[in-house]
Amino acid sequence: MLRAVVVRLALVGLAGLGLVACASEAEVAPAWDVPGTTVPGNFPAPVYATSQNPPTREAFELGRTLFYDPRLSRTGDISCGSCHQQFVAFAHQDHRVSHGVDNLLGTRNAPALQNLRWRSEFLWDGGAKNLETMPLAPITNPVEMDESLENILRKLNADARYPQQFARVYGPGPITSQQFLKALVQFTAALTSSNSRYDKYARHETGGELSATELRGLTVLRQKCGSCHAGELFTDETYRNNGLDRTFAADSGRAHITGRPQDVGRFKVPSLRNVALTPPYMHDGRFRTLREVLDHYSGGMVESGTLDQQFRRTGTSPGISLTDDEKTDLLAFLQTLTDTEFIQDQRLAEHR
Amino acid sequence: MKFRSFTFLIIASFTTLFSACKDDADVTTPAAGTLDIEVDHLVGSTPLTLNTGTYTTPLGQQFTVSTFNYYLSNIKLKKADGTEYAEPESYHLVKESDAKTKMFTLTDVPAGDYTSLTFTLGVDSTRNVSGAQTGALDPTNGMFWTWNSGYIYTKMEGSSPQAGGNKQLVFHIGGFKKPNNTIRTVSPSLNGATIQIRKDRTPAVHLQADVLKMFTGPNPVDFSTLSNTMGGSNSVKVADNQAAGMFRVDHVHAN
Repeated sequence: MLRAVVVRLALVGLAGLGLVACASEAEVAPAWDVPGTTVPGNFPAPVYATSQNPPTREAFELGRTLFYDPRLSRTGDISCGSCHQQFVAFAHQDHRVSHGVDNLLGTRNAPALQNLRWRSEFLWDGGAKNLETMPLAPITNPVEMDESLENILRKLNADARYPQQFARVYGPGPITSQQFLKALVQFTAALTSSNSRYDKYARHETGGELSATELRGLTVLRQKCGSCHAGELFTDETYRNNGLDRTFAADSGRAHITGRPQDVGRFKVPSLRNVALTPPYMHDGRFRTLREVLDHYSGGMVESGTLDQQFRRTGTSPGISLTDDEKTDLLAFLQTLTDTEFIQDQRLAEHR
Repeated sequence: MKFRSFTFLIIASFTTLFSACKDDADVTTPAAGTLDIEVDHLVGSTPLTLNTGTYTTPLGQQFTVSTFNYYLSNIKLKKADGTEYAEPESYHLVKESDAKTKMFTLTDVPAGDYTSLTFTLGVDSTRNVSGAQTGALDPTNGMFWTWNSGYIYTKMEGSSPQAGGNKQLVFHIGGFKKPNNTIRTVSPSLNGATIQIRKDRTPAVHLQADVLKMFTGPNPVDFSTLSNTMGGSNSVKVADNQAAGMFRVDHVHAN
C-alpha cells in the first residue's frame, strides 16, 4: 500500500516535471511500474514467480512490442493481439473460434489472457505446460499464426530495431529463442486482473460495495458453481465435460493430450473473471450470452460417458438446479468480475 | 554459458585457495580427465545412409530413412565400488544428418576406472516442462511438441511401400506422463572393458545405435498397421523396443 502511494507521488511529481519539460522539448518518460509484479491480497501464490523472469520495464516493453507484432505470423498480419484484444480482457470479440492467417478458422475459442502467472497448464486441453513455451502452440498452429520459431528469429535478427532492444535487455549477440520467449512472457505474465468490484469487495477496499442482488448471486455461485469455478481465480484448473455434446468427434478435448478415454469431452474450467466481456462462450464459442450459458447448465445438458459427476442428479436429467431469480442474481454478480482498470491500463495497450 | 564457466572459475579458484591452505602432504586433488562418446548409426549390420539406403525389417518390409535424431541425456559413469559420476547439464541431441553431433566429449570427469555407462534415451520429465531452454533443448531444434509440451525423444522419419496412405513413416517418440511415458534409461554392457579416465588420456566409448531395433524386439512393428506415431501407446511400444537393445557398446578406446 505504502509502495503504491509512493509510486503515485512519483507519478504526480514526474508528470509535473513533464509539463515543465515540454516547453524545452526534452523527453521525460513518465514513471510507471511493470504491471502485475505484486501478488494481489486476495490471490494465492503464483505458479510462475517473478523470480523466474524478473520483470523490468525494458523487457516488459519489448514483450509488449512482440505481443502486438504481426510479423510473428507467417503472413505478417496476425499478432498475438489480433485474437487477444485488451478491451475484452484479451479474448477475441465476436469470434466463435480463432481467426488465423489466410482467414483460416481454428477449432476453439480464443480465451481471455489474464492471471496467467497462476496457471500451470494452458489451452482448452492443457497441452501447453509452461507459460514460456505456451506461445509456440499458436505460433506454429497452421490455422493460427503458421510460423516457425526459426523464421521468427530470422525476422527479429534482421529487423532494424529488435537486435538493439534485445541487446539492451539480454546483452549482445543474436536474438535467441530463449530470449524471445522470455521477453514475450514479460508481457503475458504481467496481465493481472485483480481490481474488479468483486476484488475490492473481497479485500474490503473502497469501491467494493456489492448490491443485494449481486451478493445473492455470489452466494449462489459459491454454492452451485464453486466446486469448479473455485477460489479467487474462479477456476479449479481441472478439465471437465459439462454436457455440451453426446459425442466429441470434432474435438476430444483433454483426451487429445492424454490419450485416455476418460478424458474425452473434457475441457479446461475457465476463470469467470471478466466473463461478461468475453462472449462467445465454451471451447467452441457456441453460446452468445451468459443467459444462454446459464440456461445450458440448468436445462440444456446432454448425457455422455464422461459427463462430470457434479452435474448428475437423481431422477432427472443432468444439470444444475437454478431458479429464474437465482439466474438473475448470478448474472448480476458476474458483472462485478469485470475489471475496467485492467482493460483500460495503458501499459498493456499497443504502443506504435 | 559464459556466466556458468565464469562461476565455475570462481569456484575453482576458491577450491584452489582452500586446498592451498591445507597441509600439502595430505592434498590429493583428484585428477580429472575427459571421455569422448562416439555414436555410429546402423540399420541391422549396415551403416545408415539417409534417403538412399534401403533396408528390410524381419517382417520383410522395405524402408528408407530420411531423419534419425534422438536425445542422449543424463549420462552417468559408475566405478566398481559404486561411486558415480553424472555429467552436469547432460543433454545431447544426436542427428544422423549432422556428423558433429555424433561425437561429443564429457569433460572434468574424475579420474578412475569406470565399469558401467548409463544414459537416458529422451529428456527427463522436469525439463519437458521447464520453459524456454537453450542448447540441445532449444525448441528451434525441431524436437519440441508445441501443442502438447514436451520433447520428441527420438524422431525417425522415412518411407515404406508397406506403410498405409502416403507411404510415409513418422515415428516421433516422446511423452513423459503415465501411462505413455517413453523416457528410457539404458546401460549397454561395456563387455568387460573399463573406461579409464586419467588426466592425460583421451579414452572413447564407441556406441552403435541400430535403427532397426525400433521396429524389432518385444513389440515387432508392422508398417502396414503402424507407420505414424507421435506419442501415446504406440510410441511406448517403440520405446520398449529401443530400450531392449537399440544401443550397444562396440568398443572402448583406452586413450
